[in-house]
Amino acid sequence: MRAPCLLTIPQLQAISRRPPPGRQPAVWLALLWLGAVILGSVMAPYLAPTGPLVADPSFALLPPGPGRLLGTDSLGRDVLTRILWGGRWTLTMGGVALALTIGIGLPVGLLAGSRGGAVDAVLMRFLDAWLAFPGLLLAMTVVAILGPGLIPAAIGVGLSAAAPYARVTRTTARAIRAQPYIEAARAVGASPWRIAIRHILPNAAPTLIAFALAQLGRVLLSGASLNFLGLGAPPGTPEWGAMLDDGRSYLRVAPWIATFPGLTLTLTVLAANILGDRIQE
Amino acid sequence: MFGYGLRRLLEAVLVLWLAATLAFVAMQLTPGDPAETLLAASGASPEEIARRRAQLGLNDPIPVQYVRYLADLARGDLGTSWLQGRSVGRMILERLSGTVELALAAGLVGIALGVGLGLLAALYRDTWVDTLAMAVAAVGLSTPVFWSGLLLILLFSLHLRWLPSSGWGDARHLVLPALTLGFSLSGPIARLVRTQVVEILRMPFILAAQGRGVPLWRIFLIHILRPAAGPVIALIGLQFGFLLGGAVVTESVFAREGLGRLTVQAILWRDLPVVRGIALVGALAYLLTSLLADLCHAWLDPRLHQSEER
Repeated sequence: MRAPCLLTIPQLQAISRRPPPGRQPAVWLALLWLGAVILGSVMAPYLAPTGPLVADPSFALLPPGPGRLLGTDSLGRDVLTRILWGGRWTLTMGGVALALTIGIGLPVGLLAGSRGGAVDAVLMRFLDAWLAFPGLLLAMTVVAILGPGLIPAAIGVGLSAAAPYARVTRTTARAIRAQPYIEAARAVGASPWRIAIRHILPNAAPTLIAFALAQLGRVLLSGASLNFLGLGAPPGTPEWGAMLDDGRSYLRVAPWIATFPGLTLTLTVLAANILGDRIQE
Repeated sequence: MFGYGLRRLLEAVLVLWLAATLAFVAMQLTPGDPAETLLAASGASPEEIARRRAQLGLNDPIPVQYVRYLADLARGDLGTSWLQGRSVGRMILERLSGTVELALAAGLVGIALGVGLGLLAALYRDTWVDTLAMAVAAVGLSTPVFWSGLLLILLFSLHLRWLPSSGWGDARHLVLPALTLGFSLSGPIARLVRTQVVEILRMPFILAAQGRGVPLWRIFLIHILRPAAGPVIALIGLQFGFLLGGAVVTESVFAREGLGRLTVQAILWRDLPVVRGIALVGALAYLLTSLLADLCHAWLDPRLHQSEER
């Protein structure tokens, strides 16, 4: 290990040399993992035909071994099977929440950023108020209003992630609005909507896609947190967060019940975050 | 500086009022009301429910209800629980200390860990130290607190038997929850510290200071840490909301007494005034923290408020 670069003057000015995303092993591993998770959930009926709900008490609390790679839970259900099927719940929830985030955040941010003026000022104050409710608490409030369930939880998570998304969209749109070609479009008489959709949106797209990927990690985490607290999917659902909740009473005798769903969730969130970061760069 | 502070304070009050209004609208959109929830379960007649509704002022026009709600809030009255019939403010106050204790301890852990990792990564940039520190930060950012908490319980409580796994009381009960929540908080802080310090190290004034023969510790403290501190403090202010949400989940993992259990129970029983009260207290705490953090940032970096005042 060389000395801290505080001591070596030439290194102060050096620009960090990071290889392009396509040459970083972390990016490939992240893509591979996300692909495996998606494939595993889609193919669950073929990979684990017994299904996630079939219980067999004579096989309860068995440690990982041949034939049951990740062990069984307190009712004798296979943990690997439940993780594979659970991916469907977790990913559906993330998808619904992310669709809502973009569906609300994008138009609001685009409107504020491309119109400017009073529209912008009013919308931004409302966004500030929205953002003031701490993310998970806002999602929980929505669940309290709609009643517990997987879809209400997804709506809550999506609504709470929409405010930061609108904010980033607005900042990006404002930066593009200051460009000369937008002024040119306005000079030839293009309507504000046409400018927003034909000129600003395509140019903002790369930033917005990267930020959406970065939000996916957050959305998956918040959704699983709500399920863990018992505010989302009904008890017994093979959702990763809910499985962790099921497994924690058996932490002493059968740690694998809680450990493996948590590991799957963490790796998935990590993969989404890595991809979001690298695309943003 | 004073003008800047006053303007930020007025902005915060405006946002708080809008947040309270959003909470009011959300309640209006919800089916069901306290008269029904409280009395229908005990088999009260429709007349009794109607009388109760008039008593609670639910028959008044919505603008009247709205003004009364704001006036109550201004006096610090957060309403009455539908289920327990008790003051929501008092219910929150009773549970607040546990959550505040956890949030403060986790905040300290998160800042210490985040700043440490970020500095290490920046000073040993592009070496394995950098890679490792940033990998730890990324894992911290991605690990759900309910999983890292269970892993810590598994290791330190069940295997090593060093620390209690749940409950609360002395400082030993605080260690694992604070580590769990602090670790997840450290990720974003570490990243920002690294970016800031890498940028500052490239500035000519660092080279100039080295040329003048300023001792290393002085360069470190005055020339690097001070300018890096402003944005980091601003970020910590913004992370406060995340800290509150994380505290709710962490409390559930470690079975700690605090706002977390109150929130989850209120949601399951659909005791909306309690949920709304907790959300409003969260919003108030968040606005105060970010206001404080912004003022600290402006004080450390005078460019922020001077450009506006001229």
